[in-house]
Amino acid sequence: MNALVLRLLARRVVLALLSLLAVSAIVFAVTAVLPGDAAEEQLGQDATPEAVAALRKQMGLDVPAATRYGRWISGLARGDLGKSSITQLPVAELIGSRLPNSLLLAAVTAMFAVPVALAAGIGAAVWRGSWFDRAASTAAVALVSVPEFLIATLAVLVFAVKLKWLPALAYASDIEGIGQVLRSFAMPVMTLSCVIAAQMMRMTRAAVIDQLQAPYIEMVRLKGATPTRTVLAHALPNAVGPIANAVALSLSFLLGGVIIVEVIFNYPGVAKLMVDGVAQRDMPLVQACAMLFCAAFLLLVTLADVAGILANPRLRD
Amino acid sequence: MTDRQRLQTLVGPAETTRMLDALRRGATRRDLLAMLAAGGMQATLAGGLAGTALSVHAQTPRKGGKLRVAGATAAATDTLDPAKQSNQTDYSRGNMLYNGLTWLDSSLTPQPALAESYTTRDAKTWVFKLRSGVTFHDGKALSPADVVYSIGRHKDPATGSRAKVLADQIESVRATGPAEVTMVLTAPNADLPVILGTFHFHIVKEGTTDFAAGIGTGPYKLKEFRPGVRSVVVRNEAYWKPGKPYLDEIEFVGIGDESARVNALLSGQLDLIGSVNPRSVARVTGTPGYAIFKTQSGAYTDLILRRDQGPGQNPDFILAMKHLFDREEMRKTIALEQAVLGNDQPIDPTNRFHFAGLPQRPFDLDKAKFHLGKSGVTGAVPIVCSPAALYSVEMALVMQQTGLKIGLNLDVKRMPADGYWSNHWLNNPVGFGNVNPRPSADVLLTQFFKSDAQWNESRWKNEKFDQLLLAARSETDLAKRKQMYADMQTMIHAESGIGIPLFLASLDGHSSKVKGMFPIPLGGLMGYNFAEHLWLEG
Repeated sequence: MNALVLRLLARRVVLALLSLLAVSAIVFAVTAVLPGDAAEEQLGQDATPEAVAALRKQMGLDVPAATRYGRWISGLARGDLGKSSITQLPVAELIGSRLPNSLLLAAVTAMFAVPVALAAGIGAAVWRGSWFDRAASTAAVALVSVPEFLIATLAVLVFAVKLKWLPALAYASDIEGIGQVLRSFAMPVMTLSCVIAAQMMRMTRAAVIDQLQAPYIEMVRLKGATPTRTVLAHALPNAVGPIANAVALSLSFLLGGVIIVEVIFNYPGVAKLMVDGVAQRDMPLVQACAMLFCAAFLLLVTLADVAGILANPRLRD
Repeated sequence: MTDRQRLQTLVGPAETTRMLDALRRGATRRDLLAMLAAGGMQATLAGGLAGTALSVHAQTPRKGGKLRVAGATAAATDTLDPAKQSNQTDYSRGNMLYNGLTWLDSSLTPQPALAESYTTRDAKTWVFKLRSGVTFHDGKALSPADVVYSIGRHKDPATGSRAKVLADQIESVRATGPAEVTMVLTAPNADLPVILGTFHFHIVKEGTTDFAAGIGTGPYKLKEFRPGVRSVVVRNEAYWKPGKPYLDEIEFVGIGDESARVNALLSGQLDLIGSVNPRSVARVTGTPGYAIFKTQSGAYTDLILRRDQGPGQNPDFILAMKHLFDREEMRKTIALEQAVLGNDQPIDPTNRFHFAGLPQRPFDLDKAKFHLGKSGVTGAVPIVCSPAALYSVEMALVMQQTGLKIGLNLDVKRMPADGYWSNHWLNNPVGFGNVNPRPSADVLLTQFFKSDAQWNESRWKNEKFDQLLLAARSETDLAKRKQMYADMQTMIHAESGIGIPLFLASLDGHSSKVKGMFPIPLGGLMGYNFAEHLWLEG
């Protein structure tokens, strides 16, 4: 580790804590202005003033919002995420039961999408203007413009309903053996890859082209390096910074932003948990999920910056 | 009561013989419907009866197989505690694991279950004789103490029972013999056996406080239960109904997204799904090997015209609005034909107390215009609707269009679904509500039409109606009760500020291998009681 990395990390940790605090306050304030609270949502048509008042008391919603926020944040400082207003189960337990599913889906998608996107991006940069570049770039723009619910729905209609090759639902429980993982994850992973790979591929292409036009690459070529060596050993390390950031952004999306895929394939992940939490006005749950997604985002971006520094020969020492 | 007797009470001996003969000759459900309709019966009622008749005849059910079912909800709040069940997923699971003292059939008439028989003289003191030889899943025999505990716990506020209001009318429940339980009510109620046939009154083991194991007397035993994800049950070999259940195993999941449910069905991953949107019907029926199962029920979305404020204070305005319903158009374009016409009274044609003799109020612009003129209401009338009350936005828009033809300017105010029930429902002079099927006419009328009812949507107050309602509740003579309910329906139809254009149907999708379905109008999935009746074709 060099001093630059350490300084960056220290600054990032402080900034991250401040960001989390700000996010928690904003989320709390925004959800407070939504119509209806947890008691009203749970009672629905049965919401008589007495029933609502009784349930509010039971849920601890009868105290002022500022006090509730204060209690929640001091609990968080002690590592206590609190209890769900609706189920009365610890929030940590609710998230704990869903997080592994989300991480698994994100990991499988990343293992597939990142190598494909990087390879396509580098290829397109090296053979710039060739048919491969045009095809890859066009495909990327096309995929990024099609909304994911359309891709997912079409995939289900074609591969599950018509051809019956793949299951329409991705159960997290029935998975035994790698073959089943592949089968039930095929469509969700394919859909998510379409969304994130295009972005990563375009960023990689741009970053590598940027480096390939730099004067030092001219020098490398004059010295007689092979094209492979030119790209992989000289251009790529300098392009790692922007590429790593693009990858980090895409990966952070995989944790909290996959609600559509989770709904269409009935996959029990954290994104759906949070959306259900919002619908039910389950504040402790929503807050904890927001903190989790925010923390994951900050962590990934920091990792990307560190990777960029460590990969760059000029910043490394 | 045998099935044949049950049919007889519904349609009389002659009709029963005719129907069963036809079935023996190989008639289909469609043929039966035609027979009943030719006899002048309304289509929905005929549907219910044809279902009962079919189950009476019953093609020989095959044992074995695994049924994969999806309901429309799944949440971390899923529970196996009968007292806390709150949605169709909970109810379906409850019916797999537990039994009540009674169960409700196609016309919501109570039939004996864990209670072999019950008697009462005054509808106030009820004696239930328990069935012998019934055991819980862990081998313990059913005893009166279990029943006393299961019913009594609803009254304890600490239980948090959703049926507390209903249970509070049971003053005492005691074991009065080795297989006998006596309940005394605070006031006579001839519908007690109906109430005890509802989901919340399922019988659990005495002293149970943790319901995670799902120990009941029901047709299936719990194998796996993961709230919000899925549950798996296996056949209870010691079930007290001979020959039942038919399936080896049921896997039950909740899938919130309707198109995901339909896709999973059509891809062969599921055999049965609940809550199909009318828009998906053509897709399911158009796929070979799949069919739609329709349950006509008492669910309705109603126009509320408050009698105590706004234009609804004038009875002529109410009549104008009720004649303004283009019911046939709404049935076709809004419910896509998955509904039957309503007649501005809340007892639907599947109910045994439905009054078919009440003339249908027509769509009549002349009368609407006449009454509007007489009422003297002019200017824009705000009408509040929301996606929270199913189809209310569409209904309001249809009324707005027809209103223009008689010079009535309806100002449609569309509210978000969030908070609609607490902030808008019951609070606007003209608006919409939505009522789910209730197990009995008495419960429905008491909750929504009695003068002092909490949910008296239109604030219609009529002393004579209230007296009639109480009298009907304590009347044990069925014919007299029917007449009383007919009178009440006529009163609501004429005076109340409630307009009911349609009764909506629940739709399920299923593979044609799934057999043994008949409608129970408590809701879809055979009133959530599909588990013990269904079987799979080999």
